Amino acid sequence: MPDAIEKIAITVKVNGKAYARSVEPRRLLVEFIREDLDLTGTHIGCDTSYCGACTVLLNGASVKSCTMFAVQADGAEILTVEGLEKNGELHPIQKAFGDSYGLQCGYCTPGILMSTMQMLARTPSPSERDMRKAIAGNTCRCTGYQNVFKAMQAAAQNVKG
Amino acid sequence: MYPRAFHYHRAGSLAEASTMLAQLGDEAKLLAGGQSLIPLMKLRFANPAHLVDLNFISGLSYIKEESGALRFGAMTRHAEIEQSAVAAKIPIIHDCAAGIADVQIRNRGTIGGSLAEADPSGDWATVLLTLDAEVRATSARGTRTIPLPDFITDAYTTALAHDELVSDVIVKIPPKGSAGAFLAFKRTAPVYPSASVAVQLTMEGDICKDAVIRLGCVGLGAIKANDAESALRGKPITGKSLIAAADAARAAADPQTDMRGSADYKRTLVAALTKRAIEAAARRARGEQVEVTHTYA
Repeated sequence: MPDAIEKIAITVKVNGKAYARSVEPRRLLVEFIREDLDLTGTHIGCDTSYCGACTVLLNGASVKSCTMFAVQADGAEILTVEGLEKNGELHPIQKAFGDSYGLQCGYCTPGILMSTMQMLARTPSPSERDMRKAIAGNTCRCTGYQNVFKAMQAAAQNVKG
Repeated sequence: MYPRAFHYHRAGSLAEASTMLAQLGDEAKLLAGGQSLIPLMKLRFANPAHLVDLNFISGLSYIKEESGALRFGAMTRHAEIEQSAVAAKIPIIHDCAAGIADVQIRNRGTIGGSLAEADPSGDWATVLLTLDAEVRATSARGTRTIPLPDFITDAYTTALAHDELVSDVIVKIPPKGSAGAFLAFKRTAPVYPSASVAVQLTMEGDICKDAVIRLGCVGLGAIKANDAESALRGKPITGKSLIAAADAARAAADPQTDMRGSADYKRTLVAALTKRAIEAAARRARGEQVEVTHTYA
């Protein structure tokens, strides 16, 4: 066991707000977001890089925040589910998931919303296959995914406006 | 889940990373994409005392075409390769990049990290061993080029010295009439394949002049299916030669029974994947645009 582990000073911008913190190197990004920044919308599901409940956007790219150290996010811009709504208005993707019943217990939903965000940034008019590939890294144990795909399709329409 | 506490070192260049590795000794590990290492650390299967982070070194992520080859920077993410028109000049490379795990993992994981880890279930080695590929390794002592077959020496073992790092991966663009395909069978996207097959064919008209076939996830490395290759060489790709190659690949596979299936089941998968990959590669060699996708259970 190495002794006297030094904390590392990092600055991150999360949902547009700048934070400066000191973190132990082994602090996972998801724990940093949830515990240090008190943004508990990002969930921990499997904690083994599988389920995608912890998905956030890091400089525009979706990542599993349980599989990164907070210190690696130094200087990065992060978007979590809390950053989707603007001025009390749900994001068009969130609206689509509500309207289409694209969730049941809701535990996986923050991750699926962020994966949908990533998909629409790369593929504004997704096919069925695009949608399946887009959330292949997000596990939902309630819905059977059918309403999730309906919601993702509706989200694409909403975002295009 | 938390890894054992470790000291964090942020390298500013490959040379600095090499010096750090030399100074920190055996207890130091490199952190590239982290999509294998971090889960292993969380499970405490890997407990490095020091991590040298390569993610802040600029200029290590690129895909270039030069002198008949594609050159990939070690820190090029799978997603960048998946989306690259340059990388798609070798379609089997796109097959590989687009099929690794899921979007989030592909956004982080790197080609250099995957090769340096040399996990026998990793996709890159299986695919690149069907091509003419080499790895450039660099250290504070200099740079050397290692052909990929010599780079991977065993499961989880490479020819890299402790202070050496992968700087780039160079893959020759196959000549006209030569094409490949890579197919895997996976239980779900985020997991490693139950079995995978990479095929590279060189066709002259209807006759297969040369074939390279590698089997992934069914042995302690990407198995070269020599008898399956011989079953195709000098012959047209017909039902008969396909079945002979598939049977030979099934015999060459050396899988373990595990949570992904029994050894017999995996051998059956290998035979089916071999057939499909040969068919796709043959069509591509004729100049057809063929999109392939892994099979998900």
